[in-house]
Amino acid sequence: MGIVSSGFQGRRKRDLPGVPPGQYVTEDFPVLSAGPTPRIERDDWVFSLRTESGTGRHWDWNVFMSLPQEDVTADLHCVTSWSKLGTHWRGVPVDAVLNGVDTQAEFALFYSYGGYTTNLPLSDVLGGRAWLVHEFDGADLPPEHGGPVRLLVPHLYLWKSAKWVRGVELIPQDRPGFWESRGYHLHGDPWREERYG
Amino acid sequence: MSEWTGRPAERSAEDDYLDGNALAGPLSEVFAIDITAALGTCGTCGDRRAVAEAHLYVNAPAKILRCPSCGGVLLRLDERGGRVILDLSGFTQLTIEVR
Repeated sequence: MGIVSSGFQGRRKRDLPGVPPGQYVTEDFPVLSAGPTPRIERDDWVFSLRTESGTGRHWDWNVFMSLPQEDVTADLHCVTSWSKLGTHWRGVPVDAVLNGVDTQAEFALFYSYGGYTTNLPLSDVLGGRAWLVHEFDGADLPPEHGGPVRLLVPHLYLWKSAKWVRGVELIPQDRPGFWESRGYHLHGDPWREERYG
Repeated sequence: MSEWTGRPAERSAEDDYLDGNALAGPLSEVFAIDITAALGTCGTCGDRRAVAEAHLYVNAPAKILRCPSCGGVLLRLDERGGRVILDLSGFTQLTIEVR
């Protein structure tokens, strides 16, 4: 057919430890985006939480920065087949945001500035498995990589790590987000190659 | 949840999109006509203009065509494993000239 996407070119390193099936390792950090890049100043940024009962919480930048902070080293795996190993981030564990929240919900839908959404089981974002990160490689997270704050869920394909994140809704039943409603897997585990739904 | 959908993000000079003309190549393998010349009506805002004028984002898991007026998704073109998956659900209507 002659319409195979060229994708991103990187050194082809396959079958390495830590590299899921069908992935190759790149030293670059490709910028993937399905829409315009929102420019959100930290003073304007707010993160909101809403539970299934309609109760909510909000964090502005200063309050968010007063939450516990963690340094994270993680491998990234993009559904377009590149992986980037050993990346360094700093941010707030999702556990800290959900601490003390009264919920029976089993799923979360994250919202971003610009309209992007992605769904995740709560079990995939709690227990030290996901963060709201604001630094990459020791510097403020730039807008093209999701700054001021993005979700980081490194054990799932990178489309789950929503850029420009602005809120989370806790929901009793799973509800597909932007890519999930367009044919991508509801869960997105790279080790199981959960690429498409 | 309409308040959660986010305001239309402003475009910056760094935004990496092509115009809809870039769909002409891949879609020529699907349609006998040039679909980029069709007039499309956006299902989000009702704006009506040529497919070629819309904004195409290609550095993504699938190609995404967005309305230049409201940013709503018009079309998704997903090429994988020898298949083309075409999602036109963002248009309420396409007007195609036939000769």
